[in-house]
Amino acid sequence: MARYLLRRTAQAAFVLWAAFTVAYVLLQLLPGDSILIKFQNPELGLSPRQIQEIRAYYGGDVSPLESYATTLLGFLRGGFGYSIDTGTPVVERLAEALPATAVLAGSGFLLAVLIAVVIAFAAGHSRTSWIRGALLAVPSLFVSVPVFWLGILLIQVFSFRLGLVPVIGGSALQQLVLPVLTLAVPIAAPIAQVLARSIDRVQAQAFVPVVAAKGASRWWILWRHVARNAALPALTVAGVTFGELIAGSVVTETVFGRNGIGRLTEQAVNAQDTPVMLAVVVLAAAVFVLVNFAVDVLFPVLDPRLRAVTG
Amino acid sequence: MNRPKTGLLVASLVLAVVALWALAPGLFTAHDPIAGVPAEKLQAPSARHLFGTDAVGRDLFARVVHGSVHSLSGAFVAVAVGLLLGTLLGLLAGSAGGPVDDAVMRFVDVLLSVPGLLLALTVIILLGPGTVNVAIAVGTGSVAAFARLARSEVVRVRRTDYVEAAFGSGGRYPVVLWRHVLPNSLGPVIALTALQFGMAILAISTLGFLGYGAEPPTPEWGLLIAEGRNYLATSWWLTTLPGAVVVAVVLAAGRISRSIGRSTA
Repeated sequence: MARYLLRRTAQAAFVLWAAFTVAYVLLQLLPGDSILIKFQNPELGLSPRQIQEIRAYYGGDVSPLESYATTLLGFLRGGFGYSIDTGTPVVERLAEALPATAVLAGSGFLLAVLIAVVIAFAAGHSRTSWIRGALLAVPSLFVSVPVFWLGILLIQVFSFRLGLVPVIGGSALQQLVLPVLTLAVPIAAPIAQVLARSIDRVQAQAFVPVVAAKGASRWWILWRHVARNAALPALTVAGVTFGELIAGSVVTETVFGRNGIGRLTEQAVNAQDTPVMLAVVVLAAAVFVLVNFAVDVLFPVLDPRLRAVTG
Repeated sequence: MNRPKTGLLVASLVLAVVALWALAPGLFTAHDPIAGVPAEKLQAPSARHLFGTDAVGRDLFARVVHGSVHSLSGAFVAVAVGLLLGTLLGLLAGSAGGPVDDAVMRFVDVLLSVPGLLLALTVIILLGPGTVNVAIAVGTGSVAAFARLARSEVVRVRRTDYVEAAFGSGGRYPVVLWRHVLPNSLGPVIALTALQFGMAILAISTLGFLGYGAEPPTPEWGLLIAEGRNYLATSWWLTTLPGAVVVAVVLAAGRISRSIGRSTA
């Protein structure tokens, strides 16, 4: 087990480092010099020497390799450099934006799991073939809907038509409902798909008729026996969708005018603010890597059959 | 067996109609997509204006029809980028094996660990906004999926008897790859291509909505929805109908992908 953990940790660290490097190289390839673009503006009246000093402040006056090493060391120490757009430390901007997005993404994920479980179990329980077919078609519909359009549609129906959620103002909870729903729909789709397939597979196994012969009801079998065995593949997919939560928050926060990591990303793209973008990409990769690490480590805990293999 | 075929038929029909919109928009609408008639602004859908009109009196259906060429060609470029780069990487990894395989696939893992939209936005910071750049950015996001599939197919086909036989009878490596491995790996790759085509249309409309794609007054689908946002309270059709067209096209691409995947599996 210890060796497995060690190898898995090294692997996770490698992917993170590589994600940092790929993003860094991509963002450094920029033809324009974002510092020059911002400060060479004649209206600012800066002398070449002052611009040179600003470049040194942002670490733009050293060789590419040196600047890569400095940035990497900074990331390891938890310092992400300075935003070119606002001049403030990137850490501060991230810390400001993170809580709102964490609440949005966390609730979105929980709702997504709930939707997925309801769809998959209803489909697994249903004996009417057209209801089952319709339920199993829901995930493909969910992934085909543009997230931004869904958000707009929800605003239109719930705020303008029905007047259930105020467009402006309203409590924090009221403001959270529609964005969370918007974010949850595309995340729910892959989880529901895999869970439904997995439930089908488990239901075809020999122990199910045995339990039924002993007198268990269909719900009891589904809930107590099938669900436990069907949950693992869904857990893997749930881990993979975690990265999409941050991407989804870019669109959701833009549509609903909420502040957070998504908004920060959009501002960074518009201002060519490469340090902020780099930090966001690494943050997303870190969330993805950590969650999948946790899922992998949890697997043997949840499924005794896997303990012997990894131990 | 009858039901799935109806679904496939409808999906093919949807894609055929949208392809015709792109090729010959004049056949479907007589209205101008760019010049509006101010007197007819913000009209609800009617027989004269199927999808209604926008704030400057442009026919929305005409804009959706003329906009299809932007979404479709963008999706073609995106899928071409992903297919070409991804398949090359996958072929390389699958046929070289050993350390090359490891290195390429770890790189693919890294691409997979960054969400597609963030990767696309990073490429947009690099290349700047614009229709072609958005297409390339979206294509970058699908490289990983194509690479993984191509590699697994190559590894699978390489172990088959006929490929062993082709090598045994003196076939040179590139020739065997081209004549035997590639054609036999094509089915699942085509299924993924169809799926990615739909996903590319979705991603392009998203980036268009965020304002990184075509410039107004180009009738790009994502941009249409973004423009319609300002009239949410009064004119539901401006956002709802273009979005419904996007959903229909993406669903159709996914449906066709599934039936190709099933028939070649």
